[in-house]
Amino acid sequence: MTLTEIKTAIEKQFPGSVLENEDLGEHQVELKGDQWLELATFLKTDPTLCFDQLECITGVDTGEEGPLQSRYNLHSMEHRHKIEVIISHDRENPKVASIEQLWHIGDWFERETYDMFGIVYEGHRDLRRILCPDDWEGWPLRKDYEGQENYHGIIVPKIKEEEGWE
Amino acid sequence: MTVDMLMDWFAAIGDFPVLAFILAVTISGIPLFLVMALNAMVAVYVERKVSAFMMDRIGPMGQGPGLHAGKWGLLQTAADAVKLLVKEDTVPESSDKILFKMAPFIIFIGAFIGLAAVPFSQTLQVVDFNVGVFYIIAVGSIGVIGIVMAGWASNNKWSLYGAMRSAAQIISYEIPAGLSIIVPIMMAGTMNLQELIHYQSGSVWGILPNWIIFNNPFSFLAFFIFFISAIAETNRTPFDIPEAESELVAGWMTEYSGFRWAIFFLSEYANMLIVSGLAVAGFLGGWRSPIPGLFDSGAWGLFWFMGKVASLIFIMMWFRWTFPRLRVDQLMHVCWKVFIPIAMLNIFGVGIWKLIFG
Amino acid sequence: MGVVHGDQMILNIGPQHPSTHGVLRLEVKTDGEIVSEVKPHIGYLHRCFEKHSENVTYEQVIPFTDRCDYLAAMNSNFGYVVAMEELMEIKVPERVDFIRVIMGELNRIASHLLALGVYGLDVGAFTPFLYMLRDRERILDMFEYTCGARLLYNYMWVGGVSHDLPKDFVKICGDFLDYFEPQISEYNELLTYNKIFIERTADVGVLPADVAVSFGVTGPNLRGSGVKWDVRKDEPYSIYDRFDFDVPTGTGEFGTVGDCFDRYWVRMLEVKESVKILRQALKDIPDGDVHQAIPKKIRPPKGSVYRRTESPRGDLGYYIISDGTPVASRVKMRSPAFTALSVLDEISRGWMISDVIAILGSLDIVLGEIDR
Repeated sequence: MTLTEIKTAIEKQFPGSVLENEDLGEHQVELKGDQWLELATFLKTDPTLCFDQLECITGVDTGEEGPLQSRYNLHSMEHRHKIEVIISHDRENPKVASIEQLWHIGDWFERETYDMFGIVYEGHRDLRRILCPDDWEGWPLRKDYEGQENYHGIIVPKIKEEEGWE
Repeated sequence: MTVDMLMDWFAAIGDFPVLAFILAVTISGIPLFLVMALNAMVAVYVERKVSAFMMDRIGPMGQGPGLHAGKWGLLQTAADAVKLLVKEDTVPESSDKILFKMAPFIIFIGAFIGLAAVPFSQTLQVVDFNVGVFYIIAVGSIGVIGIVMAGWASNNKWSLYGAMRSAAQIISYEIPAGLSIIVPIMMAGTMNLQELIHYQSGSVWGILPNWIIFNNPFSFLAFFIFFISAIAETNRTPFDIPEAESELVAGWMTEYSGFRWAIFFLSEYANMLIVSGLAVAGFLGGWRSPIPGLFDSGAWGLFWFMGKVASLIFIMMWFRWTFPRLRVDQLMHVCWKVFIPIAMLNIFGVGIWKLIFG
Repeated sequence: MGVVHGDQMILNIGPQHPSTHGVLRLEVKTDGEIVSEVKPHIGYLHRCFEKHSENVTYEQVIPFTDRCDYLAAMNSNFGYVVAMEELMEIKVPERVDFIRVIMGELNRIASHLLALGVYGLDVGAFTPFLYMLRDRERILDMFEYTCGARLLYNYMWVGGVSHDLPKDFVKICGDFLDYFEPQISEYNELLTYNKIFIERTADVGVLPADVAVSFGVTGPNLRGSGVKWDVRKDEPYSIYDRFDFDVPTGTGEFGTVGDCFDRYWVRMLEVKESVKILRQALKDIPDGDVHQAIPKKIRPPKGSVYRRTESPRGDLGYYIISDGTPVASRVKMRSPAFTALSVLDEISRGWMISDVIAILGSLDIVLGEIDR
């Protein structure tokens, strides 16, 4: 299926959930976050869509002012088509439903995104940090991240800001 | 050169029975220890070289200026031994210290007293028991006490796993080993190792030596069961699950280092010597020449015996560098469901064979 | 008679352990030898690849990709440059494509050889490991001859490669392939068809196809479960669509489809397929300038790209977001070993400790890539 057909299918089932955005690439679609779990269930179980593989979840920080995003790369082993779902979150209180129980790998991917961006996946049964230590402070991949000054008595050296590139 | 011979000599000189006993035991015990140490040194060197050649490597060579490992790495084991002797002696803080220190000695004693009954040649044997076979099998299981002790005292989960596996394995494999060694005992009608070897003199069908392994199909099979069980008893690959490196780090030896660990090593190679010696004495004609009547006396006995033992040890090494490792349940399966029934049938078969042909 | 209660014991395998393939800690709940739960703890090797990538220019990311999957650094490079070229819409010269495929496939062989050898080691066979390393060494020699590095190459650049192939490379590589192909049957005789090896791996750790897909398992592990999915065939990148090769899948030759043996066997077959690709590539490689298409300044247009490639461990994806500056706004690496490790708990419950080691080995993880 092409992206337009997939979009139409989603729009038919969940009217108003597809957001229009000019900047998107060829497989990307931006969706509203409030119905994400139902939408994901639909994407996975609908026989014509059948996205049985969650390829990747990428957390994105769009900048100091912009929202945080979760980007889901879905792929169908059966139909061999793919789609990238973008969901934006409020910067102050980033929250979205967890799809951990739909795709098993969602467990670790969500933990990773939580670890790096602090996006809370509601309904995740074991939302802990995965790569950083459990008591690490802050969300390292956010653009406004300030590193800890010391960690268990270890002084964390500050990287000097360089005068731009070029 | 047995303890009994020494005792007789001393008795001829004068009447001092206690001192005579102590002297006799010491005089024959020291060479025995030297044999054990020499065996380990040679075997470790050979094992390194054998493994290296099997793996398309060259092994220790001692190239470069100075002779840090001797020519062709001949001094490698000596260097290792020195290193192990001068290493810091570590005992884990939370271990059971008395048991931890005792364990290597118990394992060592098990190997050492077993070696006493091995008939190196017609005359070279420390003690010539009338129940030699039984004795070696019996003291062979002393080592397992030491292993369990070491595993428990280390207070380490890996050691505990290793010890439990080892205990289960050694005790299980003693049964097929014991049942198979009954075959030569039945045929020769004696448990005395020298008499067992004497039984195997002469030749069958003119060409083959009259070794028990060639005597009948049941004894042929019994030898292989015995040999494989012996490998399992010495914890070598493919039965090295108690110290399975990729799973249990080093099994029951995990917490040991330095000299205590060296003693384990010494005992392992001594055990290989003992079980091979028993297999040779029981099935392969002991110190008898493979060509009946040729070079079949005096010092040649030692040569043939050690030659046969060395071949068996080489086969053990060959196994080790060829096979993967079994899993613990597969190991038990092989023992209880395959070897023990076959070994029992063997005894039955030999009995009938003897009734008809012997 | 009272009922005997056996408590469960928690056993920490790692972070320092001979068989964790790096710094990985497995928290294993055991009842005697039987394992009831395996909890992997990762992050011991986290080197902030993604954070670093946001602070260096695009070309400076390439050495970092080397260090993620250090056993198949060429393939890591390959994935990144392919994604970058897609983002910048660069068409590379044909010779570059051929060189990349040659290097990628050689590295795939090297990586698989290590995986197979170490797997032998995990189940207790020492010798095949050294045989495979001996042959892997020759591949590394070829890499060294080409670009001067043996493990971390920084060889593929956006739009080209760092060095052209040496003049006699085609002959050297051809000689190697002639030498190497018969070796595969030696490995098989020594390890694959060994009865004990089959006993240890067949029927152990069965990973059904649907579970594998749900866990995002890819590469040889997924193919071992019988799913015919190979990015090189199904979503061809570079010039993989020009080569004739098969995608081997697990058939359950000695047990169930998707067991440890299948995963091992698929890798062995893939080595053969790589040899096939290499022979074709060496035959057809054209002349040309490998530096011709390298851009003077790497400044991709605003936008994002997600590109996956087939690394020896599976689908290696790069998600690159550009905001029009010479520094990436976000680089995400979708690591195949990360997803493969997540399935460990699912398939090792109820097996023994020895089997957990065998299953872990059959997944062929590289911790550098999991932790990034």
